Amino acid sequence: MERRIVITGIGAVAPGKPGAKEYWELISNGRTATRTISSFDPAPYRSRVAAECDFDPFTAGLGRQEVRRMDRATQFAVAAAREAVADSGLDLPADDPATVGVSLGNAVGCTTSMEREYAVLSNEGADWLVDHRYAVPHLYDHFVPSSIAAELARLVGAQGPVALVSDGCTSGLDAIGHGADLIREGSVDVVISGGTDAPISPITLACFDAIKATTPRNDDPEHASRPFDATRNGLVLGEGAAVLVLEELEHARRRGAQIYAEVAGVGTRCNAYHMTGLRSDGTEMADAITQALTEARLTPESVDYVNAHGSSTKQNDRHETAAFKTALGRHAYDVPISSVKSMIGHSLGAIGALELVACVLAMREGLVPPTANLHEPDPVCDLDYVPLRAREARVDNVLSVGSGFGGFQTAVVLARPEREAA
Amino acid sequence: MSADGGVRTVVTGVGVAAPNGIGAEAYWAATLAGRSGIAPTTRYDAAGYPLRLAGEVPAFDPEQHIPSRLIPQTDHGTRLSLYAADEALRDSALDPARLAPYGMGVATASSMGGFEFGQRELQNLWSKGGRFVSAYQSFAWFYAVNTGQISIRHGLKGSSNTVVTDAAGGLDALGNARRQIRKGTTAMLSGGVDGALCPLGVAGQLSSGAMSTGDRADRAFLPFADDAPGQVPGEGGAFLVLEDAASAQRRGARDYGELAGYAATFDPGPPPPGGAATGLVRAIRGALRDAGMAAADVDVVFADAAGVPDLDRAESQALGEVFGPGGVPVTAPKSMTGRLFAGGASLDLATALLALRDGVIPHTANVSRPGKGHPIDLVTREPREADLRSALVVARGRGGFNAAAVVRRDV
Amino acid sequence: MSDARATVTELTVEDLTRIMRESAGEDESIDLDGDILDSAFTDLGYDSLALLETTGRIARDYGVELSDDILDGIETPREFLTAVNQSLAAA
Repeated sequence: MERRIVITGIGAVAPGKPGAKEYWELISNGRTATRTISSFDPAPYRSRVAAECDFDPFTAGLGRQEVRRMDRATQFAVAAAREAVADSGLDLPADDPATVGVSLGNAVGCTTSMEREYAVLSNEGADWLVDHRYAVPHLYDHFVPSSIAAELARLVGAQGPVALVSDGCTSGLDAIGHGADLIREGSVDVVISGGTDAPISPITLACFDAIKATTPRNDDPEHASRPFDATRNGLVLGEGAAVLVLEELEHARRRGAQIYAEVAGVGTRCNAYHMTGLRSDGTEMADAITQALTEARLTPESVDYVNAHGSSTKQNDRHETAAFKTALGRHAYDVPISSVKSMIGHSLGAIGALELVACVLAMREGLVPPTANLHEPDPVCDLDYVPLRAREARVDNVLSVGSGFGGFQTAVVLARPEREAA
Repeated sequence: MSADGGVRTVVTGVGVAAPNGIGAEAYWAATLAGRSGIAPTTRYDAAGYPLRLAGEVPAFDPEQHIPSRLIPQTDHGTRLSLYAADEALRDSALDPARLAPYGMGVATASSMGGFEFGQRELQNLWSKGGRFVSAYQSFAWFYAVNTGQISIRHGLKGSSNTVVTDAAGGLDALGNARRQIRKGTTAMLSGGVDGALCPLGVAGQLSSGAMSTGDRADRAFLPFADDAPGQVPGEGGAFLVLEDAASAQRRGARDYGELAGYAATFDPGPPPPGGAATGLVRAIRGALRDAGMAAADVDVVFADAAGVPDLDRAESQALGEVFGPGGVPVTAPKSMTGRLFAGGASLDLATALLALRDGVIPHTANVSRPGKGHPIDLVTREPREADLRSALVVARGRGGFNAAAVVRRDV
Repeated sequence: MSDARATVTELTVEDLTRIMRESAGEDESIDLDGDILDSAFTDLGYDSLALLETTGRIARDYGVELSDDILDGIETPREFLTAVNQSLAAA
C-alpha cells in the first residue's frame, strides 16, 4: 500500500514576532513586517528595507554556547523545530532514531556569519590572503551549510537520512518534497522538514542591488512589497524559518496525532532558460503545477486556494500569472490567490516553508491570507489576488508554488487528510 | 511492488575533472599508474599558511571548454562542473532533445558553492563598495549554481535539485537522481564537482583541525596509515549520466553498471573509542539491502578514507563489522587527489565503475600497509587485478553525515 | 582605473565592445567587430544580466549612472552609447 505523508506539527520564525501563532496573526490581519534595515547601516545601498525578525536567541531558549556556534539561520531553524516538534506531540528522540530524518531547505547558507568572519580574516577587505589565525573554531560550519541540518538532526535525535536541500528560492518547497520522498520510499517514518535563511547582510544587499531585484522604495517600507500591483518595482528581502513535521499517515494515526494536512503532490521543473530571468509564458511552472496535481490525483477545479510565489518583481508576477492560467484554465480566474511576501518579504530558502505553514493555517482557520499593498492591480496580473484583506473560505486543497534563481520551478499540493485514499 | 517501482538505474556516461587528470580516461590512466595530483598550492601564495599542498586540477583552460559568455559569470568550480557534465553527456551518447520535454534533470552536490568567486566579490564590497559587486554574485557563489548552469547549458528541464551534506553529498546527489528516475524521469545528469581552493576556503578547511600541514606531497595524505597526518584538500569530481535501464536498452546504449543500492544515515557523535560508527554500519547495510545483496557479494570497497586517525578507525571498524576482518579488498584512490569535498564520492563511484569495467582495483598511493587496528585488506603499492562484479562506495560528511552506494555490472 | 577614466568624455563603440567582452564574454557565432551599432543586444547574445554587469562597470569606470527608465528603453549599442555620452556631456 502506498505510504501517505501528513503534516503533524508546525513552527515558524517569521518577520515580526517569532512563533507560528504570531506569524498567522500578522498575515491574517494583512499587516506587514517590512522596515528600514536595523541590523547594520544600509545607507550605501540602493534598496535599504527588509522584513526582519524580532528574534532573540536567548528568549528562544538557546544557550550561550549555541548562540556562539550557530549562525542566525541555524538559530531560526532550531527555534522553529522546537516549536514544531512540541506542536506535533512526538516524543523525540524516537525509540528508533533511524526512523527519523531531516530535510531542510536553505538558499544562501550562513551568509551573515560568513561575511562577518570574512571581514575579520581579511582585515575588512584589505587582504586577499586572509589570516586564518583569526578564524573562529567553527568557521568551516559557517561555510558549509550542511551544518544547519546537522544541528537539527542532533536536536531531534534524527539518525536516518539528513540533508540540506539548496535549490535557491524553491529550497523550502523542495525540502518538503524531498522529505516526503524519504517517507514514501520507506527510509523513515518522520522527517523534520522546512526551510531557513538569514540573508540580510551587506553582501546580499549589494548583489541584489547589482541586478536591481530588490525594491528601491525606501521611503515607505511598509508598502514596499507589492505583488501583482502595477507599481511594484522589486522584491523585499526577508528572513526566517519554518519547520513542518512530516509523518507517515498510519504512524500519525496510531499515535492519535493531530493532522493538519496531507502532502498530496509535489512537482518540480527547471526552465533551462536563465539563471535569473523568466520567460513570460510560465510554461515550466505550469507543468510543475500539473505534475503536482496529477500526483495528488486532483483536478485544477478542486484547488481552493493558491499561495503564489508573488515576489513583487515585474517579471515574476507576470510569469506566474501566465502559469496559473495555463495550468488551471478557467479556474485560474475563480480561485483566490495571494502572496504573503507582501507582508513578510522574500526569505529565499525559507519562504517556501513559511508559505506552506500559511497554507496549513488557512486550511485550519478557513481564512485566506491577503495580498497586502495591492491597490492598483497590474492589468497583466488579472486574477483574484485577494487584495488587502483576508477572506473567509473553505479550504480543502491548496496549491503553493515557488520559483528560484537557477530556473527552479516547484509546486506543492496540500489536501485534507480525511479524503479517501484513491 | 519493490521500492524501486520496477525501475533499474544504470550509468551510461562518465565525465571527470580531477587533480590527476581531466577527462575520465586520462584520470583513470593516471590513477592506475599511481600518478598523484597532490602538489604545492599554485592558485595563491600559500607560504604563510600551515596548509601548502592541494589537489588542484592542472592546466584547465576554460576558454577551451566553456562558452565565452559563461566565463565572466562562473566560478572556477562551476567551469570544471560544466566540463565534467558535458563529457558525461557526450560519453552517454544520449541526446536530451530526443527525450520527452521534462525527461532529463540535474542533481548535484556542493559544499561551499562558487567560493573563490564569492571571496572576490566580498573583497570588492569590503574594499571598494557595493557598486563594485558583480551582477553575477547573486548566483555564481550559491550552492545551486552548478545545477542551474548545467540545466541551462543542456536544456534539461526535468526535476532537478542540489544537496549539501558536506562530503557525503557526492553520493547523496546520485541517490537523489535515482529517486527521480524511479519516479519517472528518464535520465539525470548527476554528481559533484567541488572545491574551494582560495584563501578564504582554505581558512575554513584549516578550522576543521583535520588538515595535513606537511610539505611532502607523498607523505601528506595517508588514509589508514598508522601515522596518518590529516587531509589534503582538492578540487574536482565527476558527473554521471544516470538512466532508466529500459531507456538505455531501447537506444542500445553501453552502460557501466547499475546504481543498485544507496542509503544515507546520520551519526550524532563520534563512535566509542575503538568502536565502529553505528550510523556508518547502518548506511552500508542499508545500501546492501537496497541492492538485494549480502556482504559477501561485494568485490571491492572504495573507502571514505578521511586520513585522520580517529575517523579512519571508525570506518575500518565499520567495514570489519560488516565484512569481517580483511573480508573484502578496500582502496582509496583519493590518496592521489586529496579530498574533493562534495566531488570526492562522485569521483569514487565513477572510479568504481571503471574498475568494474577493466577488472582492476586501483591502489591506495603512498601507504605501504594499513596501520595497526585497521582490520581491512587495503590495496596498496600497485593496482590489483580481480574479477569484479560489484563495488561499495562509502562517503562521510563533517557533522555526522554518512552515505553508501553499491554499483554492480551485469554478468 | 576609475580615476584615469574620469576624464574621458566619450564612450566609443570600441570601448563598449571591450567592456562587454570583459563583463559578459561573447557569443561564438557573432562578430562583435562587425557593424553592430543597430543590432539588438539580444541578437548579439547579450541578455539583461549582461547589460546590468556592463552598466555596472561603466558606472564605476566612467561615473555614469543610467536610470532604470532610461535603461529599460535601450535595445541597441547605438542607443546605449547615446545615453551614456549624453550623460557624460552633461556632467
